[in-house]
Amino acid sequence: MPAEMRQLLHDLLRSLRDSLRDLAPIVLVVAFFQLAVVRAPLPDLGGMLAGAALVVAGLTLFVRGLEMGLFPIGETMAYGFARKGSVAWLLLFAFALGFGTTIAEPALIAIAEEAATVAAQDGAIAVTEGARANYAYGLRLTVALSVGAAVVLGVVRILKGWPLHGFIMAGYVLVVIMTEIAPPEIIGIAYDSGGVTTSTVTVPLVTALGVGLAQSIRGRNPLLDGFGLIAFASLTPMIFVMGYGMVIG
Amino acid sequence: MLEQLVLAVVNTLFDVAPIVAILLFFQLFVLRRPLPHLKRTLLGFGYVLVGLALFLAGLEKALFPLGRLMAKSLTDPAFIGTAAASWRDYGWVYAFAAAIGFATTVAEPALIAVSIKASEVSGGTITVWGLRTAVAIGVALGIALGSFRIVTGTPLHWYIVAGYVVVVVQTYFAPRTIIPLAYDSGGVTTSTVTVPLVAALGLGLASTVPGRSPLLDGFGLIAFASLFPIMSVMGYAQIGDWRARRAARRRQTRALQDQPF
Repeated sequence: MPAEMRQLLHDLLRSLRDSLRDLAPIVLVVAFFQLAVVRAPLPDLGGMLAGAALVVAGLTLFVRGLEMGLFPIGETMAYGFARKGSVAWLLLFAFALGFGTTIAEPALIAIAEEAATVAAQDGAIAVTEGARANYAYGLRLTVALSVGAAVVLGVVRILKGWPLHGFIMAGYVLVVIMTEIAPPEIIGIAYDSGGVTTSTVTVPLVTALGVGLAQSIRGRNPLLDGFGLIAFASLTPMIFVMGYGMVIG
Repeated sequence: MLEQLVLAVVNTLFDVAPIVAILLFFQLFVLRRPLPHLKRTLLGFGYVLVGLALFLAGLEKALFPLGRLMAKSLTDPAFIGTAAASWRDYGWVYAFAAAIGFATTVAEPALIAVSIKASEVSGGTITVWGLRTAVAIGVALGIALGSFRIVTGTPLHWYIVAGYVVVVVQTYFAPRTIIPLAYDSGGVTTSTVTVPLVAALGLGLASTVPGRSPLLDGFGLIAFASLFPIMSVMGYAQIGDWRARRAARRRQTRALQDQPF
């Protein structure tokens, strides 16, 4: 036990050093612009230092937990599904993972509410609290469905060993075509929704799942086949959200 | 302070709860296997939870208020000058956009995760720092160009479609193994650290520049931040590939010169 503790402490110290290095650029940028460009003193320096200490400690714990918890569980489950050999359950899991992690995503909730405000101002929906809430909820549901569909499609691609770039390019063509038809006020939101869906906990899990699947199926290359799930998850929301805008508008 | 921390942990717990529920359900009822290394895995989850909570609480305390304030003061007419008519007057805005895009991406936990995995899977040919720097450069260029777009008021989709064309062309020439990773890196760049600061920059800029509506033009920066890393990561691999080939060619010519006659 003491040896294990020592190892843990050693690892923590090492990742603490890494976290400090990761955070240094932000501190430098903010300090430079505040002092040299805006030419104002740093407000509440003590609070900033305390906050920065929290950030470093948090990042350290997160990276440590990633290697102990999130990566292993993603891989274990990928091997488990490969051994079980039931494609239906695997796809259901893929959908649940995509849908479940997106529907509650705080960044998405924030963007959906802003989008509802834009839609109300533009007269696409009624200017009532109820109409806005409905619109925002519909948007969240649309994005969550699209991420669920994306992970399913991505897993099917890994199982079949199809190359990724064909899908992505077809997706791009679809995005470009829909940009032409969709109502203009939805486009900025649609494009942004692709970026906000993939949260900090989802990304490591989904990556470990993809790489684990590619490693457990014979003939798949983890680099070529294992990555790509996130790419699907950031492309499909654009298409689905523009579709949502067309249906509502 | 302590209250804020507890609140942050509770919030993160609610965010992570659906994921844990899904994992447990499938592991226990579908795969029907006990988790190997249960204690270690649970401890890891605990670390992720507490780590993320501390991280977010710290950002909210230290960086976000100042970042937002800075985005506001840099885009303030008082700073830029009321006579600002040309896109050239916004030089510091572009510089700030690029710098903050780079710096926040380097600290983005999701990108750290993908880089660790990529370096592990590639056997070290893709390094954690190489990938992270390549992505951060992409985000920096993307956000700077996105700010330029808000200032000039040109349509968002022109840039995105042009970006797609570049990505398609690069896909054709880039080393095959980098392509899925490059596409993925577009999605991971924009999460906890980058989005709040970048959104503040976009909204501040759109409300300052005459003729822009914050609600219509404020969106779109995140789209830039997720498109440009795709190009920069493929570019990173292309440069690596090109240097490896040049080195191999040099070795070959030297070997030929060294041959005794």
